[in-house]
Amino acid sequence: MENNIVLTMRGICMTFPGVKALENVDFTLRKGEIHALMGENGAGKSTLIKCLTGINDFEAGEIHVDGVEGPVKNHSTLDAQKVGISTVYQEVNLCPNLSVAENLFIGREPMTPFHTIDRKAMIRKADELVKRLDIKVDVTQNLENYSLAIQQMIAIARASDMDCKVLILDEPTSSLDDSEVEKLFRVMNQLKAEGVGIVFVTHFLEQVYAVCDRITVLRNGTLVGEYPIADLPRVKLVAAMMGKDFDDLASIKPEGFEAKKDAPMEIEARGLSHKGTIKPFDLDIKKGEVIGLTGLLGSGRSELARAIYGADKAQTGTLKVGGKEAKINQPLDAMNLGMGLLPDDRKAEGIIGDLSVRENIILAMQAKRGMFRQLSRAKQEEIADEYIKLLQIKTASRETPIKQLSGGNQQKAILGRWLATDPDFLILDEPTRGIDIGTKTEIQKLIIQLSQQGKSIMFISSEIEEMLRTCSRMAVLRDGAKVGELDGELTQERVMAAIAGGSDHE
Amino acid sequence: MNKKKITQNALFLPLVCVLLVLAVNVVYDISQGNPFYDFFRITMQTSASGDKLLAGRLVTILNRGSEVAILAIGMTLVVSASAGTDISVGSVMSLCASFCCMLIAGFGVSSVDDVAIPRLILGLIGALVMGCICGAFNGTLVAYLNIQPMVATLILWSAARAIGLLLCNNLIVYVRDEAYGIFGGYIGFIPTPIIIAAICIAVVTLVLKKTAMGMYVQSVGINKKASRIAGLNSKRIIFICYLICGLCAGIAGIVASSRITSADSNNIGNNFELDAILAVALGGNSLGGGKFNLAGSVIGAYTIQAITTTMYNLGVSSAVTPVFKAIIVIVIVAIQAPPVKAWFHKLAASKSSGKEAARA
Repeated sequence: MENNIVLTMRGICMTFPGVKALENVDFTLRKGEIHALMGENGAGKSTLIKCLTGINDFEAGEIHVDGVEGPVKNHSTLDAQKVGISTVYQEVNLCPNLSVAENLFIGREPMTPFHTIDRKAMIRKADELVKRLDIKVDVTQNLENYSLAIQQMIAIARASDMDCKVLILDEPTSSLDDSEVEKLFRVMNQLKAEGVGIVFVTHFLEQVYAVCDRITVLRNGTLVGEYPIADLPRVKLVAAMMGKDFDDLASIKPEGFEAKKDAPMEIEARGLSHKGTIKPFDLDIKKGEVIGLTGLLGSGRSELARAIYGADKAQTGTLKVGGKEAKINQPLDAMNLGMGLLPDDRKAEGIIGDLSVRENIILAMQAKRGMFRQLSRAKQEEIADEYIKLLQIKTASRETPIKQLSGGNQQKAILGRWLATDPDFLILDEPTRGIDIGTKTEIQKLIIQLSQQGKSIMFISSEIEEMLRTCSRMAVLRDGAKVGELDGELTQERVMAAIAGGSDHE
Repeated sequence: MNKKKITQNALFLPLVCVLLVLAVNVVYDISQGNPFYDFFRITMQTSASGDKLLAGRLVTILNRGSEVAILAIGMTLVVSASAGTDISVGSVMSLCASFCCMLIAGFGVSSVDDVAIPRLILGLIGALVMGCICGAFNGTLVAYLNIQPMVATLILWSAARAIGLLLCNNLIVYVRDEAYGIFGGYIGFIPTPIIIAAICIAVVTLVLKKTAMGMYVQSVGINKKASRIAGLNSKRIIFICYLICGLCAGIAGIVASSRITSADSNNIGNNFELDAILAVALGGNSLGGGKFNLAGSVIGAYTIQAITTTMYNLGVSSAVTPVFKAIIVIVIVAIQAPPVKAWFHKLAASKSSGKEAARA
């Protein structure tokens, strides 16, 4: 065993009801390194971290921390802090209405002999701390006066000051812009130089290659491997995360069809953007075309679609729909232009849980008609029955509250909601997530059918095979920006190389 | 099968509650040697001026409960759409009453006897407009500025009554006019407040039935984000609910002020907001928003009045009435609480399985 190891996790197992969340996962962290923990959603990154910080009780395995006798088992984040493990989450868990110094020393304030807080000492210590990490703030100012990035750094400073050997940064950069990320990296490197082991969880590939020394990849709760950064170029990292070895990749030819070259334009976006989620992009979509959006999770796939649809109102750029200039302030405007959006977060943005399947299906159609032109009950039932039958929605009756349906059937009902509005341009964000194989194929066929009727479809999916099967063209996104388009022969290799991006197009 | 359907009806429990309260009266009447139907007797009484008027305790309940019933309509929509309550309705009632009387009497005048009809209409419209303005104010804060409903409506809860006093130049303005008294009095032999409440309920019911508003409001209340994606203007819908709530407060204010033919800023609508919220809760509606049942709220409003009237009937002094009211409310709310409901279900299930076992 090397003697500079600060944390080892061996054979960690963890089960959630019905799911094996972690199976025999090992993780090793050395002093003074920044170690990226990578994996797609559900790979087990956060579960592993929660085992480490005492939020989850793991079932088997051992954790050893440098300087602590015997195996460590934390039962709370407080336990974890005692052995030198601190965590900074994506959301800053500090008090915005207190000063920077107060936030740094909350719960462990320097005391005067009279058991009151020694403010002078606190401010002095706080000042030393921020100077050491080169954070430029006035510690007497309230935290809320500073940007999210600074707040993030204050949180890190606080964590690092508590005799910290292991610092876990869980998606700290998700809401920061480029220059802020730069500042954060400086602080991370400073801590690294002081010998702190940093675990860095992120979806942004660029950032991994900018600061990390080593990468551990998880997939479906199992360890894929641990690699020094130099041994794992982007393309291989993406392959490792997605579970595909390049050699094993069999190309699936799209059952394809190309949009007619002379088809008129349905969507012409120029410089659309939404601050913090998607950088300005151009995109053309022809009538009858199925365009896929591909990229890792958090790369801006959903966000691009949402900017077009007005779910997040675009702040810059222009949009033409069917050749005409369009101003979209809210989803209803987009719907009136013939758009529809099936959101990826079904529970939060799709279903209206307590309403019946019937009401959920006719909702968008009713919204388009307006409040005062109510669909008659008979008409509502007719439409609901039509889509329950067409999409084979399994429900006790059309009056069953939709929340009682299984996830896949809920998804079908929401799909029915949009089909009922007869859209010209339909955005499907992960429409097949949580749906069985048979239905998946049905939905893919439906997409192709719709496109043959001259409707344009934007298809977003984490499964590349599915996209290859349905899309005639793909737009590639990385780190919140559209970085390219692929057309012609679409193969898995090409798509994955494009997702990974960077300099190593081999 | 049929039995199950009745007990599962959303109105089942609210109705049981109101019947429970009425049953107390029947028991009391019997114990006093009165005929058991005494409480329910509706008679024609001759008033001092020689008119024949409807009387009886049921009529009193329906009459006196009108204001809360009207408020409960608006409150139901507000609760459903925004998962919050409008606590300003009592104060807004008072403000609308004051504004109405001030418009009729003129600023600084403390008492008028005869009023020209146009002046009267001006006052009434003024009150309704004022109600809408207050509702729009609350709606703007809640829907567009994302302020918590309780905090947003706290502003008018404390300010509206005082504004009313200012408008009345710190006087109690009397409008001793027969035409103005009608709204709190009688049309023919029927108490007008009953008619006004009935019209309000009918109009809102019709709107809910004939337009998609009911579904819109519930949809926004259940899932604001999903509703927006599906094309509903969530903010506008919440705003409209508060607007309607304000309008209802205006109508209730006119009725309350007409009853006493004056604008008693300090007393009109005092604590009515709490009764209105209670009515919504008694009606089996979740204060967490979403699905709503207007009929339940209306029944709830009359249940509250029935409790009060029952207390008078039992000869409980008005000073201790709130204590008994509180006890009854606790019982009613407890009956409708999910754990108690579940317990009843379990009880019923074990009984029926016991019966089956006996049969076998």
